[in-house]
Amino acid sequence: MKKKKSKNFKIGAMITGVMLFFIVVGFFWTPYDPEAMDKANKLAGVSFSHIMGCDNFGRDIFSRVLKGSGTTLLVALGTVAIGTVCGILAGAFTGYYGGIVDEVFMRINDALFAFPSILLGLVFISLVGSGKYNVIIALGIAFIPSFARIVRSEFIRCKNMDYVKSAKLAGAGNLRVMFVHILPNVMTVLSSSIMIGFNNAVLAEAGMSYLGIGVQPPDASLGRMLSEAQTYLFSAPGYALFPGIVLILMVLGFSLLAEGMKESR
Amino acid sequence: MKYFVKKLAGLAATLLVVSFLVFAAFAVIPGDPATAMLGTEATPARVETLREELGLNDPLPVRYIRWAADFVRGDFGTSYRYNMPVKSMIWEKVPVTLALTLISFCIIVLVSVPLGITCARHAGGRADRAIMVLNQVIMAVPAFFSGILITLVFGLILHLFTPGDYVSYKTSWTGFLGYLFFPSVAIALPKVAMAAKLLRTSVISEMKLDYVRTAYSRGNGTKDVLYRHVLKNALIPVVTFLGMALADMVAGSIIIEQVFNIPGMGRILLSSISNRDYPVVQAIIVCIAFLVIFINFLVDIIYQVIDPRIILD
Repeated sequence: MKKKKSKNFKIGAMITGVMLFFIVVGFFWTPYDPEAMDKANKLAGVSFSHIMGCDNFGRDIFSRVLKGSGTTLLVALGTVAIGTVCGILAGAFTGYYGGIVDEVFMRINDALFAFPSILLGLVFISLVGSGKYNVIIALGIAFIPSFARIVRSEFIRCKNMDYVKSAKLAGAGNLRVMFVHILPNVMTVLSSSIMIGFNNAVLAEAGMSYLGIGVQPPDASLGRMLSEAQTYLFSAPGYALFPGIVLILMVLGFSLLAEGMKESR
Repeated sequence: MKYFVKKLAGLAATLLVVSFLVFAAFAVIPGDPATAMLGTEATPARVETLREELGLNDPLPVRYIRWAADFVRGDFGTSYRYNMPVKSMIWEKVPVTLALTLISFCIIVLVSVPLGITCARHAGGRADRAIMVLNQVIMAVPAFFSGILITLVFGLILHLFTPGDYVSYKTSWTGFLGYLFFPSVAIALPKVAMAAKLLRTSVISEMKLDYVRTAYSRGNGTKDVLYRHVLKNALIPVVTFLGMALADMVAGSIIIEQVFNIPGMGRILLSSISNRDYPVVQAIIVCIAFLVIFINFLVDIIYQVIDPRIILD
């Protein structure tokens, strides 16, 4: 049965599609070298040659926004991938088997859950140092508890259902039951939290880079651009506005998509 | 009462686990505190003496117990970099971050509850639809970017406050609270949007239930039904959300403090991270974690008060 997609879904898909198009283009081509400095164009305003203007070093903001949103997307995808895979494994085993391991694991999980994810990221970064890949690992670990919690409760709900019993009777091993039979049923619930997780990852990365402990130069990052732009807020508001608007569009597109998917279910 | 005791035991267990995790994390990092304090040119003998003095040669659990005992007594250790007690470094900053969080919390409650109720009452109307669209956009704006926008619009263009001109609470309480107002708005904005939306959905779904029809049939007006019957039930998910949001806001204030140049906990945390001043980082992290856990505990208790039907395991 095909349901009509909601308005939210359409708008979200459109925004996300356009953003993805620009990001993919940005991986291969940018109008200017995002690192090239041009003294003549310091803090230049919006013009035909620089459609978003230039920053304090005369670098083309549009090119840097393209590169920066690429970095943000990469970090967010990596984070969600780590969080989901580890969360599924941890949640599946503890939820399915239960027992003392589950008890201990859940205590630790609760403890980690108590930390706001950006704080966990900060702790991790202070231990291992900043940089793109460390941010991915740090945020990835910070996101595991929330996924593990959802997967675990779903596994507990499903493990005594009839279809699981019949799969066992048919001779399926525990691993097969867990990942071939139960996991697909968990995916619907999990998919919306993955979408939310993606948005949180985008925001967390931007926040950390804004604080100067996330992605490091030469990697461009939207958060970092915003912190640099703050000094020139009055003389060149575009420097802060464009990266910020792109960041908002990224999050908005995805949250509308998630909302639309929830409505049409 | 039994529930309360059980909850309290759980709280203690979580506190222990959290503090041990943080302690262990900072204990296993490469880099020796003794070397950090003495500098790289110190003789190995001196480093060894200091290690013995600091008790760094003892096994991890022993060190943890000693550290925890000190912590409970209010001794948070000594900063490597400034060679002063961590407690005196943090103590003055706690009110700043706390005030920031509390003001934004008040803003959230004061704005989102009336907004959510109004939207629910006029659900589907033009105002409701406009507010919901606006809400969706606001939710997507990261707090630090709304902070930057507020600085630009209210600070630089309208001159309602001077960005960076922070007033300490020691000089003037009113100036302090006045300066914190705009940062608090920046923290509160996305949460206001989420809370209002949650309350709206919750009121709408409660209004469809049988007890509402009964209340109407007994001659109550819409206002009576809404405020005396529905609201109490509809607020439960909002309380959950606010509890979680409060924890988030403590962390969020770390970023907002940077945006508005406020010397709070976030400022020391960041500079300590870049200076690798671990005792300070450790103390702040544990303090924030404790605060968050305590808030969650309070939320569970509040649940019981507003809805006796809920028995949480």
